[in-house]
Amino acid sequence: MNSDITSFASLAPAFPEMLVAAGAIVLLLFGIFTKKERANGVAMAAVVLLVATAGIVIFHPAQGVIFNGGFIADEFARFMKVLVIGGAAFALILSLPSSRQHQLDKFEYSVLVLLATLGMMMMVSANDLMSLYLGLELQSLAAYVLAAMKRDSARATEAGLKYFVLGALSSGMLLYGASLIYGFTGHTQLDLIVDQIVMGERSIGLIFGMVFLLAGIAFKISAVPFHMWTPDVYEGAPTPVTAFLASAPKVAAMALLVRVVTVSFAPITSDWQQIVIFLSIASMVLAAFAAIGQKSLKRLVAYSSIGHVGFALVGLSSGTAVGVEGVAIYMAIYVTMTIGLFACILALRTQNGAVEDIAELAGLAQRRPFVAAMIAVLMFSLIGLPPLAGFFAKWHVFLAAIEARLFVLAVIGVLASAISAFYYLRIVKTMYFDEPVLEYAAVPRELTAVMGVTGFLVITYFVTVGGPLAAAARVASGSLF
Amino acid sequence: MNLADHILTIVTFLPTVGALLLLLVPGRGASTDNLVRSIALIVTLVNFALTLWLWAMFDNSNPGFQFVENYPWIGESIGYRMGVDGISILFVVLSAFLLPFCVLSSWNSITYRVREYMIVFLILETLIIGVFATLDLAMFYVFFEGSLIPMFLIIGIWGGARRIQASYKFFFYTFVGSVLMLLAIMAMYWQAGTLDIQRLLAFEFSPEIQTWLWLAFFASFAVKMPMWPFHRWLPEAHVEAPTAGSVILAAVLLKLGGYGFIRFSLAMFPDASLQFQSFVFVLSIAAIIVTSLIAFVQTDIKKLIAYSSVAHMGFVTMGIFAGNELGVQGAVFQMISHGIVSGALFLCVGVVYDRMHTREIEAYGGLVERMPRYAFAFMVFTMANVGLPGTSGFVGEFLTMLGTFQVSTWAAFGAAFGVIFSACYGLWLYRKVIFGALTKDSLKGILDLDRREMVVLVPLILLTILFGFYPAPILDVTAGSVELLVNNFAAATGNVPAVAAMAP
Repeated sequence: MNSDITSFASLAPAFPEMLVAAGAIVLLLFGIFTKKERANGVAMAAVVLLVATAGIVIFHPAQGVIFNGGFIADEFARFMKVLVIGGAAFALILSLPSSRQHQLDKFEYSVLVLLATLGMMMMVSANDLMSLYLGLELQSLAAYVLAAMKRDSARATEAGLKYFVLGALSSGMLLYGASLIYGFTGHTQLDLIVDQIVMGERSIGLIFGMVFLLAGIAFKISAVPFHMWTPDVYEGAPTPVTAFLASAPKVAAMALLVRVVTVSFAPITSDWQQIVIFLSIASMVLAAFAAIGQKSLKRLVAYSSIGHVGFALVGLSSGTAVGVEGVAIYMAIYVTMTIGLFACILALRTQNGAVEDIAELAGLAQRRPFVAAMIAVLMFSLIGLPPLAGFFAKWHVFLAAIEARLFVLAVIGVLASAISAFYYLRIVKTMYFDEPVLEYAAVPRELTAVMGVTGFLVITYFVTVGGPLAAAARVASGSLF
Repeated sequence: MNLADHILTIVTFLPTVGALLLLLVPGRGASTDNLVRSIALIVTLVNFALTLWLWAMFDNSNPGFQFVENYPWIGESIGYRMGVDGISILFVVLSAFLLPFCVLSSWNSITYRVREYMIVFLILETLIIGVFATLDLAMFYVFFEGSLIPMFLIIGIWGGARRIQASYKFFFYTFVGSVLMLLAIMAMYWQAGTLDIQRLLAFEFSPEIQTWLWLAFFASFAVKMPMWPFHRWLPEAHVEAPTAGSVILAAVLLKLGGYGFIRFSLAMFPDASLQFQSFVFVLSIAAIIVTSLIAFVQTDIKKLIAYSSVAHMGFVTMGIFAGNELGVQGAVFQMISHGIVSGALFLCVGVVYDRMHTREIEAYGGLVERMPRYAFAFMVFTMANVGLPGTSGFVGEFLTMLGTFQVSTWAAFGAAFGVIFSACYGLWLYRKVIFGALTKDSLKGILDLDRREMVVLVPLILLTILFGFYPAPILDVTAGSVELLVNNFAAATGNVPAVAAMAP
């Protein structure tokens, strides 16, 4: 059975994962054996490690299926891995300037982020229900601890616990679904499941298993109605951790969902399509309305991320290569916007501590014009207004939905985006139209840099990255069909 | 690289370059503000000069698209395509022509956040020129919808007391209308396999699909235009926006709707356009009559002019969907003329608003005694707005009514009321503000137009009268493209227009 592992070189497709795993262990040992607090040093080292890993993924991609078909490295995995690694690296950078105040100045923090990233890379590359679960749990367990990292904060502890309980529930559902699928097809490997479905009839047990599996994944991407944990966890967790949770894990779980439904459930597309359409509509509509009443900035971002998952699912609903291409582009732009948004949120501090309420942004445009301009750009982009990146994200997913003749879904989607514009505009209004009341502390250089980079990408998307990104996403989705 | 081959790209993106330049101007304070204003003025003037060059190079005898640029861009669907024909070139020139006036009129009235103001205006110029100059449907949407952002900020930051409500209303009306058009654009892509407007114009959509696409486009353009009853956002946006914002809104942004109707609804969905012709006529007549009556009872000068804009846009939609040469020519001419005249009227309101800080009609009266030059300028534009022969306003209204008359006598009959009503409220406004005894103490010290204001208003007066007596510069440019469009429309719908039938 182990015949396919003949040499170290044959493991090339998994080299990035191995590098992250080894790096995480080395940093863990280094953290334990050095007495001094060198948390930021460890974080920097982790960032360098992630950049190196991303370099391998981008420039020396090795493709293939290894570990008895449990692990696959293809173009789709490559695209998504770059997003995951990038999201994690930027989230680490965001935590640097304020690590002490969020009590994240421990070396464990960076190690946990690395382990979570490893889990996510595994999720992206999983070609078997078992390796899928392995990656998912590695990511989740690390994320539970991260959410509760600020130990003496009641809110953070609550967030961690809530995340853990609901996450464990969802993992259980996913596992139950996986066991049903195994029971009715006799396989755990995704591409063998599909063969079995093609040969046999579409059994009710298989559909049951698929529903449970999708419910479990829907928890992880926080699609309505499995979104309840999101606002509380986002609000309670330390802000840099929220930045991490809102970016990379979403991409990984979305990649997982895409791979599972397009590879192993391709013959029963009409069955999973209904579920995805429902998740999509429910997420878009609920997020659009629920966010209107929010006063807390982080809760608003939580609902906004729920809504954006809904929009990304519009692309997947089509079940076509164009749709998957749209999802890939959507997630890339979503990660960029999320990282930029959290850089802005972390940059805002008053004498009362971090800015948490939207009302505290009043008149920001006059006090901190650069930060205000970046937030405004991101808000307009999140609405989906051209010529910003957010528009092109929506363009690609809705294009797929229209091609698949899902007109009702598309109309509901664009109307939901019009409603969601209301709460995004409220932030712009508060910053630009209201008079300033608070003084803000100086903005750390790292955050200015991150804001600058993401803002540049969002504004100039259509001249700089738009073409290459669309081409890469095309190649990525092509590897699944 | 030949400059002339990329003239449209240059004209479109030069203002953005100017905006970036403004970003780099160091320092704060009054001297910086003056530098910022000067740079903005120079950029807009250079851009206007470039569009004049573009107009000079334009070949009137060629009804197709000229100065075409075509490159692949994002993914399969979106391409970078530019080009103008006889219908769009004038709007490009009009937009570039009005921007220097906007900068000039804001010179003293905008006192805070001057740099941001000018940056936003320059970006707005890029977007509105882009709408007219692009030949890719997705890019059209990008520019069309992108113009919401700067306009939202202009109304919301530099607007009047109720600016927030006005900016939200403006945003949501237009946004909701436009997203439906976005879906229609995507549907067209899957039908025709391209978003190249040139190829889409040649593509024949099946009649059932045309109906849906037409309705989706209508949702967007009818709000933008605005047609009655989708006009509710306009009066508020106009009233609260700063003077230059009102000018650009009335003069150019409203024309996006009319341009869209001509370029897309009429040209690409001829069957649906014919099917909905009566529907559009009814709405147009309603707009002309109802909003004229509403204008009559306004107490705010800007609001009155805003409602009169809606009424005048009624002539435009009526002319477009008459679907014959006279109607469409008249509609284009009316849009250009209205761009100049309504822009000028808002500038005139800005002149007295800067002095008195009120727009209430009641607060004025007898201005002619203190401001004879102003009284003359205001008179010319009021007469043009009324549609007096000898001003540009007459030509457009007359042509659209002629065109409509050939299709529907009743529609033309209804529209004629608009001419009468507009004379009523126009002259009433003029009498209240300019004539009468100068009784109010606050007005006794009011000053006549200064040099800057003269520079702004005199060219507009000249153009209004020039185009009234000699409309050929505009009609010659549009003739070729409109004829092609109308013939295609007639061929697609199987109706040979009366004029064409009489020709040998």
